[in-house]
Amino acid sequence: MFEEIFTLYIVPLLWIILKIVAIILPLLLAVAYLTLVERKVIAAMQLRKGPNVTGPFGLLQPLADGMKLMFKELILPTKANKVIFILAPMVTFSLSLIGWAVIPFSENCVLADINVGVLYLLAISSLEVYGIIMAGWASNSNYAFLGAVRSSAQMISYEVSMGLVVITVLLATGSLNLTEIVLAQKSMSWSVKLLLMPMMVVFFVSILAETNRHPFDLPEAEAELVAGYNVEYSSMSFAMFFLGEYANMILTSAMLVILFMGGWLPPFEIHLFTIIPGFIWFALKISFVLFLFLWVRAAFPRYRYDQLMRLGWKIFLPLTLFWLILVSSVLFFNKMLPVN
Amino acid sequence: MLLSKAARNMFLTELLSGMFLTFKYMFKKPVTINYPYEKGKVSSRFRGEHALRRYPNGEERCIACKLCEAICPALAITIEAETREDGSRRTTKYDIDMTKCIYCGLCQEACPVDAIVEGPNFEFATETHEELLYNKEKLLRNGEIWEKEIAANIEKEYPYR
Repeated sequence: MFEEIFTLYIVPLLWIILKIVAIILPLLLAVAYLTLVERKVIAAMQLRKGPNVTGPFGLLQPLADGMKLMFKELILPTKANKVIFILAPMVTFSLSLIGWAVIPFSENCVLADINVGVLYLLAISSLEVYGIIMAGWASNSNYAFLGAVRSSAQMISYEVSMGLVVITVLLATGSLNLTEIVLAQKSMSWSVKLLLMPMMVVFFVSILAETNRHPFDLPEAEAELVAGYNVEYSSMSFAMFFLGEYANMILTSAMLVILFMGGWLPPFEIHLFTIIPGFIWFALKISFVLFLFLWVRAAFPRYRYDQLMRLGWKIFLPLTLFWLILVSSVLFFNKMLPVN
Repeated sequence: MLLSKAARNMFLTELLSGMFLTFKYMFKKPVTINYPYEKGKVSSRFRGEHALRRYPNGEERCIACKLCEAICPALAITIEAETREDGSRRTTKYDIDMTKCIYCGLCQEACPVDAIVEGPNFEFATETHEELLYNKEKLLRNGEIWEKEIAANIEKEYPYR
C-alpha cells in the first residue's frame, strides 16, 4: 500500500520538483546577470564603463545588489491594504516563472508538453497585469495607482496585436503546441518566413510594451510618477517586482524566439551548426533578443502616452489585422495551409 | 513625397539608423576616469585647498599685512598679528573658515609675498564642520606637504601675472 503510493505519487512529484528547480535556478541566475549585462551594455553605448569595482569586471555586482535589498527594511505603508500589498509582488514574480513550464528548450526537453502552449503563454502574460494592479491599488498612493493604471492599460492594448501576430504564426505552423511550432519552422518555405518578418517586428515592439520596457516604460516615468506602481515597495518585495520584470523579459524573448526564430533549431542546416546542442542555440537566440531590448533602451527616448496608445490601437491593430488576412489568403491560394 | 515618407516609416529606417549609431558607439573607448584610482589633469591655475608657504630657510612668508583678510569677499579669513622680538611683523593667528570660503582666489592675488596660496589639492572632505575651520598650524602644514607642486605652479604662471 505505502510502496504503491510512493512509486505512483511521491517519486514523480520529486522528479517534477527536480525539473522545476533545474529550470528556475539557471533562470534566476540569468535574471541576475541580465541586470549586470544591461548596465554594462548601456554604459558601453554611452561611452561609460559601467559597474567594474565589485569583483572582476563587476561580476559580483548582482550579488551585492541582492544583498543590499535583502538587508533593507520592509516598509508597510500604514494606509496600505496589507494582505494584497504583500501578495502583489509574489503574484508578479511567480507568474513570470510559471510561463517557463511550456517553453521547449530542445526537442524533448520541456516540462509540460501541452497542446495549447501558446494559449497558456498568452493567458499567463495577461494575468501578469493583476500583480501590477494589485500593487498599485493596495499601496493606496496616487503615484502607485496612476502607474498601475497606465501599466495595465498599456499591457492590455498591446496584447490585442500580440494575439493577432500569434494567430498569423499559428496559420503558418498549424499547431498550438510550442514544440510543434518550432518543428514546423524547419520545413517552412522562405517565402512564408519572409511574410512573417514584419510580424516579428510588430511582436518585438509589442513585447517591449508588454514588459514595460524602454521606449514604452511609461508606468515608471521618473519625472511624472516617481517610479510607477512600485513606489511604495522596498526591500525584497521591490526586488521581486524587479526580478519579475526581468524574468518576464526573458520569457517574452523566449516566446519570440520560438514563434519566429526557430527555437532551438540551428539557423542553417550546416554540419558545424547541427552538432551544437539545441539548448545552446536557444540560449544564444534569447540572448540576441535580450540584447535588442537593451539596445533599444540605449537608443530611443520614451514615448508619450498618447503616442503609445496611437501606435497600439491605430497602427499595430489595423496592420496586424491586414497582415493576418494577407497571410491567410496567400497560404490558402498557394495550398500551403497546414491541414491535419 | 508622401510615399517616400510612408516607406521610411514602414521600413523603420530612422529607428534603424539611430540604433546603428548607438551600436557604433558601443565599440568606442569609454571616456570614464576611474576616479579614486585615476584622476583627471588639474590646471596650474586650479584653486583648491589653501596653504601658507615658508621661505627656503624655514621663515614664514606671511607678514601680516592683512590684505587677504580685507579682500576676502566671504569674510572667511581672520588674522591677528604682533611684532616679534626680532622686530619683524608676524601673525599670531591665521584662521580660514573653509566652509565660508568660495575659492575665488582673491587672497592669493592680493598677497604681496606669495604666502597664502590655493594649492592643487581638492580632496579634503571631512566628517565634521570643525575640521574645516583651518588654523595657522594646519595651513603651514599644508604648505609643507604641497610646496613642490605649489612652487611649480607659481613658476609656470609667473609670465602671466
